[in-house]
Amino acid sequence: MVNGRPLVEARNLTKTYPPRGSTAEFHAVDGIDFEVQRGESFGLLGPNGAGKSTTMRMIAATSPISGGSLRVLGMDPMRQGPQIRARLGVVTQDDYLDNELTVRENLHIYGRYFSLPRAVIRDRATRLLDFAQLREKAGDQVETLSGGMRRRLTIARALINEPDILLLDEPTTGLDPQARHILWDRLFRLKQEGVTLILTTHYMDEAEQLCDRLIVVDHGRIVAQGSPRELISRYATRDVLELRFRLDERDTAAEKLRTSALATGGNDTDGRVELLPDRVLVYAADGEAALATVHAMSLTPLTALVRRATLEDVFLTLTGRSLIE
Amino acid sequence: MLHAFGYWFTLYRRTWRGSIVINVLNPLLFLIGIGAGLGALVDDNAPAQIAGVSYAAFFAPGMLAAAAMQNAFLEGSAGVARAAGFGAYRSATPTPLTPEQLAAGHLLFIAFRVLIASGAFIVVMAAFGLISGWWALGALLGATLTGVAFAAPAAAWAVGVRKLRHVDTVFRFVIMPLYMFSGTFFAVSQLPEWIRPVSYLLPLWHGVELCRTLSLGSATITGSSVHIAYLLALAIGGFLVARITYRRRLHP
Repeated sequence: MVNGRPLVEARNLTKTYPPRGSTAEFHAVDGIDFEVQRGESFGLLGPNGAGKSTTMRMIAATSPISGGSLRVLGMDPMRQGPQIRARLGVVTQDDYLDNELTVRENLHIYGRYFSLPRAVIRDRATRLLDFAQLREKAGDQVETLSGGMRRRLTIARALINEPDILLLDEPTTGLDPQARHILWDRLFRLKQEGVTLILTTHYMDEAEQLCDRLIVVDHGRIVAQGSPRELISRYATRDVLELRFRLDERDTAAEKLRTSALATGGNDTDGRVELLPDRVLVYAADGEAALATVHAMSLTPLTALVRRATLEDVFLTLTGRSLIE
Repeated sequence: MLHAFGYWFTLYRRTWRGSIVINVLNPLLFLIGIGAGLGALVDDNAPAQIAGVSYAAFFAPGMLAAAAMQNAFLEGSAGVARAAGFGAYRSATPTPLTPEQLAAGHLLFIAFRVLIASGAFIVVMAAFGLISGWWALGALLGATLTGVAFAAPAAAWAVGVRKLRHVDTVFRFVIMPLYMFSGTFFAVSQLPEWIRPVSYLLPLWHGVELCRTLSLGSATITGSSVHIAYLLALAIGGFLVARITYRRRLHP
């Protein structure tokens, strides 16, 4: 196909919504560059309103770009939208399944939108229902499905045209932990089969599990990019010490920590202290040693937890804010 | 467009029996209640007012056009607003279908629904001896055209509607008054003189006149051409605007 060229190429990609009524002009996406290679699992990580969904819609050729350039599967989304969409699978944030139809009918209708022959849809639907672990539900009305099942059906539906790229916009938001793990397992299988995945998420664990490479976006701009491991080693320390204090002690304790060796690095190269509404984070190469230092300062936290740094810490380092408020 | 139509048709196949029953019962009740009941009163007291036909024969084609308007408006407004907000349009947007095809497919389906409902209405009229022969076919097409002339502009507007109660408001303050001033229940010539020119501008009046003259066999080429041209202009104009508003809403 596009001999070795990236499946998606964005250069200075911009999306601006014109002023409407009392709201001013809004730069949802403000000049971002990225590429997605075949077989890659690529993530957009950022808080709500960062411009993730808007970027996804532009890639999906369902929202015209305002500036810069964008190529999807070697084509121009502004002029070849239907041809691009024919080769994409899209899992939107809201599933928009048809509640009045059965599970199988939902797949069938969707396949017809792609002009697939009925016999082809029938074969693929059977296979996809197995993949989505919904075989016994094939004849049930969608209304009766659980949240996790609905999401799996949405993914099965998005695969009906055997897409070159699968786009997933916050695939596990609103699901309970068990349903999330089942979904991750399914997505991981797709990744193993070589399906190119592009997903947005504001869950760090999800990005770490599923993404080979990701960009961190905030206010429509890219603030960092790389593999999850790279980002963590570049923007965070190996360990993080989480401390909780009694409310009346919190501020003085935080102040003490902030002016201590822990904040300036001390024996570590880049230690840091971050004050969150409910807890204090101490970044350190060795969390246990940092905890010993805290005790040596005769501070008495209610709880103390040493953990490995995650992408959440990367985001906090880059923006000074948590991803999920 | 046909794939978009196919979606609505699949839904319809699940409910068509119930919907046909309603399509037949509705005119039956109207023709018995108003046509025979009120008609007896009118025919006994003021037979000269309605051009020498029974009140039922006068009223039935008016109601045919008005019912086509109401069905088409509701599907074209509330149906479209729902599909655009959280329904079929949303799930079809990421597929190769374009917003223009979604608009065309849905309007085609609305035309089909109006055709079926009007067909049922005309069958009931025929059973009462109120219409016969080829005129019936003309009235069927006239009623369908009336429906589309309302559905297309309604869809062009409703695809951008985010609150369903706005549809309610328009129905109450725009659609319901049209019944009164378009010659549905009584001839426009019975209205005060100053209000008549307004009636002649109302789309439903053209639909009612088209269906009534076809059904009573008094249609003229010139008259019918004017009505058809007026209704076609609304349908085509509505569709052209819908192509723009659909894209604006579905590909923001």
